[in-house]
Amino acid sequence: MAKIIGGLTTSHIPAVGNAIANKLYDDPYWKPFFDGYPPIRQWLGDHKPEVAIVIYNDHGLAFFLNQMPTFAIGAAREYCNADEGWGIPVMPPYPGYPELSWHIIEHMVANEFDITSCQELPVDHGFTVPMQLFWPDRGPDMPRVIPVSANTVQHPIPTLKRAYDFGKAMGDAIRAWPDDINVVVLGTGGLSHQLDGQRAGFINKKFDEMCMEKIVTDPLALTKISRVELVREAGAQGTEFLMWMMMRGALSEKVNPISENYHIPISNTGAGTMLLECAA
Amino acid sequence: MEIMTFDHHIDIPGTTLFDGRQAMKGYQLNKMCYSFNHKENREAFKADPEAYMEKYKLSEVQKDAVRSLNVLKMIEAGGNIYYLAKLAGIFGLSVQDVGAQQTGMTTEEFKAKLKAQGE
Repeated sequence: MAKIIGGLTTSHIPAVGNAIANKLYDDPYWKPFFDGYPPIRQWLGDHKPEVAIVIYNDHGLAFFLNQMPTFAIGAAREYCNADEGWGIPVMPPYPGYPELSWHIIEHMVANEFDITSCQELPVDHGFTVPMQLFWPDRGPDMPRVIPVSANTVQHPIPTLKRAYDFGKAMGDAIRAWPDDINVVVLGTGGLSHQLDGQRAGFINKKFDEMCMEKIVTDPLALTKISRVELVREAGAQGTEFLMWMMMRGALSEKVNPISENYHIPISNTGAGTMLLECAA
Repeated sequence: MEIMTFDHHIDIPGTTLFDGRQAMKGYQLNKMCYSFNHKENREAFKADPEAYMEKYKLSEVQKDAVRSLNVLKMIEAGGNIYYLAKLAGIFGLSVQDVGAQQTGMTTEEFKAKLKAQGE
């Protein structure tokens, strides 16, 4: 049977794509951020997961306001990146796993999560930046991917409880896959930031630190946060924390935090990086 | 018709939640900005902004906000920051430039403000 071996979190800020393209790993601005990744890459190299579920939020590449799915699951053989309009390098395609995608889709709908399935899904920086951070050389160990996108563009966005429950159902679906494969789940985006309005530039270190603690020890407490409270405390785009909740739901009840890093600012954001290993 | 019941964001200062009301108001502006994913559309806009805005049926208020490159006015006119970022990209503006403009700071002051929140 498939096994979920751990969860990874990372910010997916577009500027990181440019920093990688320009190899700014030791630049004083970037170093405290990039230093969070080698321990996680080491763990990934040791465990070699065959599949990565990459939870992100599309920022206006695949989806527009004409049709805005609340939850979308990729079911493609490969996922192409594309021009987003402001010049970060376009990545080569990522191999998918459509059979497992459809298994998850069947399970989700049977459990009353009425998702949108996507046989074509252009993936934006929300997907590609985390892949570049965790598998920079795209070597033979780079896992096949299943992108999962949640709407944080347009309110009403899902509640934190719904995001967590979605992750739980998805975790059950993965664990019911008959092949003996190892799976990691990526919760990307966040942490606190706000790009728009007179409150642009808002970052909330205290709230972010609380989220990074509770995501390990007490994710159910986080499901009590209302969406308005999330916007107030994490900023208008800090709602991306929903992706972390989806990731956490898919993991075992107990997790061991193997690695964590937090840095302000990367671009306009408090950037959180974590590796949570599922308890045996 | 105004739909007041969607307006659940009035108590967060300096923040406009992009909800159904904003989505209805800003549809044409956001649709234009979404088109900027494609290089040929960015080129067409640069070549003749007025014709391009007309093609997407922007309102006069939206056109004025774009003409003056005023992000707060674009948001007021229903713009969503994720799509507006593609317009900002055409003018080479970073998210720090956009943040600085909205908060009445220089970009350097805005960057200092971001950094200070980590201390």
